[in-house]
Amino acid sequence: MKTLVRYSPLLLLALLWEALARLNIVDSLALPPLSKVAVAWIDLIRDGELITNGEASLYRAFIGLLLAVLFGGALGMAMARWRMLDIFVNPLVELFYPLPKSALIPITVLWLGFGDGSKILLIFLACMIPVTIGAYNGARGSEQVLVWSARSMGASRLRMMWDVVMPSALPELLNGIRTALALAFILLVSSELIVSQQGFGYLIGFLGSTGAYEGMYAVVLTVAFLGFAADRLYQILMQWLLRWRE
Amino acid sequence: MSGQAQIVIDKVNHTYRPPRGRPVPALADVSLEVRPREFLALLGPSGCGKSTLLYLVGGFLPTEKGRIEVEGKPVIAPGPDRGIVFQHFALFPWKTVRGNILYGLERQGLPRPEREKRAQSFINLVNLNGFEDSYPSQLSGGMKQRTAIARTLAIDPNILLMDEPFGALDAQTRSLMQTELLSIWQRTPKTVIFVTHDVQEAVYLAERVAVMSARPGRIKAIVDIKFGQRDPSIFRSKEFVEKVDELWNLVRDEALKAQGAKAS
Repeated sequence: MKTLVRYSPLLLLALLWEALARLNIVDSLALPPLSKVAVAWIDLIRDGELITNGEASLYRAFIGLLLAVLFGGALGMAMARWRMLDIFVNPLVELFYPLPKSALIPITVLWLGFGDGSKILLIFLACMIPVTIGAYNGARGSEQVLVWSARSMGASRLRMMWDVVMPSALPELLNGIRTALALAFILLVSSELIVSQQGFGYLIGFLGSTGAYEGMYAVVLTVAFLGFAADRLYQILMQWLLRWRE
Repeated sequence: MSGQAQIVIDKVNHTYRPPRGRPVPALADVSLEVRPREFLALLGPSGCGKSTLLYLVGGFLPTEKGRIEVEGKPVIAPGPDRGIVFQHFALFPWKTVRGNILYGLERQGLPRPEREKRAQSFINLVNLNGFEDSYPSQLSGGMKQRTAIARTLAIDPNILLMDEPFGALDAQTRSLMQTELLSIWQRTPKTVIFVTHDVQEAVYLAERVAVMSARPGRIKAIVDIKFGQRDPSIFRSKEFVEKVDELWNLVRDEALKAQGAKAS
């Protein structure tokens, strides 16, 4: 019930949308009625278009993000512990941080072609930044006495990284991953829109260029919903992983 | 005495080098020997380097000048033969009480059933039954420190290093914990180096008290404490009050010097 109240503005927006389109206040070509969009959505599910393209997209986003979490997390923590690595890598991170990652789309295509590879590389590169920064800041905040405690109970230096530095970094690392999750969706769709033969972005572009605007809206709404659902699920996971905090 | 010393600290100097600012000499020519199963208190004003000395024995800081040996071997790294208890507990906040106590036992490579049994027996020892699955954030200060003590005792170190372990607790809890520590120490004797700035605490707990001077820390005096029976009733005895007076006189000058150094 509470959730219903919280999201009631969305319901109002949906009703407004339907009314504006039905009453021809806005051009129904530019904004087809929501009900027609829903019908187009069901059609896209039935003929499998949405599923096939969705699978391709989610696969790219997942692999890119996973690689970014593994590499970025390890890199950030290593930078926090080894000064030499920090001195070497930090300027690169700072330089790369404000770069609009969509500018890399043509470059990744040049390197890896039109398929999955270029999308995965783009998502990996872009998502690595917030993950690395989160892991770095979190690991730098790990308490000396916890490190000492682990060492005095027999943990090797490497073991201590996993047992102490990683969990200490976890709150900030998980926040970095949340930013990366949103970035993954953004870059996925924009790269697929520009150069792809498959995926949500491709489908949006294709349907738009053929004048199937109801279908186009259906795909856009699907991506919006998936992004929202992924973030909600991620937040639940985050709460569970950080259940030890007060 | 040197023949039976378990810990030998010989002319140790230590300087803190903060990333910015001038180096701070923390210890100057500190020499001290600790006997097996002795309860030794390091007493001194704040900032006199007593914790630094403890961290050097623990192997957490490198010995730059001088020599520290434990059981005949120079200290080069932390190890499970020297358990440590910190003032602010240093529990892993992401582990439960049981998880914290199990951690050291896992690192020691004990088989699982033995680990579980041992952890439970130490939970019982420090009266934390019913809180095994609580996280540190859900515990009171006294319970956190009991967990930290149990965690350190569980790996059965020969030497127990305690860095103002009761300094963060309220007066009632501190007094209960002191008595609890004494009774644990009497049941399972270990060498204890106990850092404190509390004269009463040092006199109540320790067999010997090493008084340190203001920064840079030196050993100013070593005072033997010989009471027959140690229990809270001792606080009102004449001999206790006299010992506290004697040590307080030694510490007062240093505390004043430390104050003066801060004020200047």
